Amino acid sequence: MHEWSVMASALEIALEQTRRQGASRIHSITLRIGELSGVVPEALTFAFESVIAGTPAEGAHLIVEAVPILCHCPRCAEEFHPADVIYQCPSCGQISANVRRGRELELASLEVS
Amino acid sequence: MCRDCKCSTNASALEHDHAHEHRTLTVHEHLLARNDHQAEHNRELFRAKGLLVLNVLSSPGSGKTRLLERTLSDLGQRLRLGVIVGDLQTDNDAQRLSGRGAPVVPITTGTVCHLEAEMVARAVQQVDLDALDILVIENVGNLVCPASFDLGEDLRVVLLSTTEGEDKPLKYPLAFKTANVVLVNKIDLAEAAGFDRQTALENIHRVAPQAAVLEVSARTGAGLETWYHYLESRWAERRLSRSSATALR
Repeated sequence: MHEWSVMASALEIALEQTRRQGASRIHSITLRIGELSGVVPEALTFAFESVIAGTPAEGAHLIVEAVPILCHCPRCAEEFHPADVIYQCPSCGQISANVRRGRELELASLEVS
Repeated sequence: MCRDCKCSTNASALEHDHAHEHRTLTVHEHLLARNDHQAEHNRELFRAKGLLVLNVLSSPGSGKTRLLERTLSDLGQRLRLGVIVGDLQTDNDAQRLSGRGAPVVPITTGTVCHLEAEMVARAVQQVDLDALDILVIENVGNLVCPASFDLGEDLRVVLLSTTEGEDKPLKYPLAFKTANVVLVNKIDLAEAAGFDRQTALENIHRVAPQAAVLEVSARTGAGLETWYHYLESRWAERRLSRSSATALR
């Protein structure tokens, strides 16, 4: 459960950006979390409430955009969304180790004033 | 929330200053950027020293420390090994590993469930890296969180044991998907534990098609020679790439 430290790092980046833009309050924080990022969105939401207390982000909304996994099949030269943890191409059955999307763990945007 | 501008102030509408303007800032910053940055520095240092660096991940009790004890004693005769051991509370694992001629540095993480690149950077300051060929980082016993943190390693080694069941790769896909090598340990207990070897290997290959898979028993020594050969080959490649990099300069 490293969601707390991930969230603390998100807040740190958010505060730095806010300061740099001459803003003083954060109203919402939008994160993009890939399905293969190793982070559970529910746990992030829980951590969020505790890290924002007493900061310029207190009372802000957390918006989590989930990024689905997208694999590339070398045989079909096409991208596909795997059905489960085995990344098997639905067209040809080939198992892919090439993940093109889904590892995202980023602070996408902020709403500030 | 303010009804007029939907901002999250707790002040009443009268007190609340609506002259302020809400702006959206586009950031797109990776949340583990700091760790990844430090991991790259670690990697540069390790490469410059010609070191092969392993990051060993497993659940608690799968035999990581036992495997390293054997590896230090056996492979330690042929190559110079050093160990960094992450543990939550005690330095028991570090004590078990010491006295085998290899430097052992414990990292006690407290409540942190994984090692981070910065902890490794601090720990290696206590080791003479020039006197080593292979640095083994034993991560905290946990198959979830350590998978997200790059430490600057060359090889990520994931260990699972036959007593844990065949479906570990399905339950912890991220760790297996980021593995270079999967070691199936306690292979001597497979039958007694009712371990379905075929299903387990199939699960590993399907979840982690990129990984080399080796079956070992750190207790009886079965399969360990293959593991040592694997490490020696990777180490030789590392040395070779360093000398060609030096020659290019």
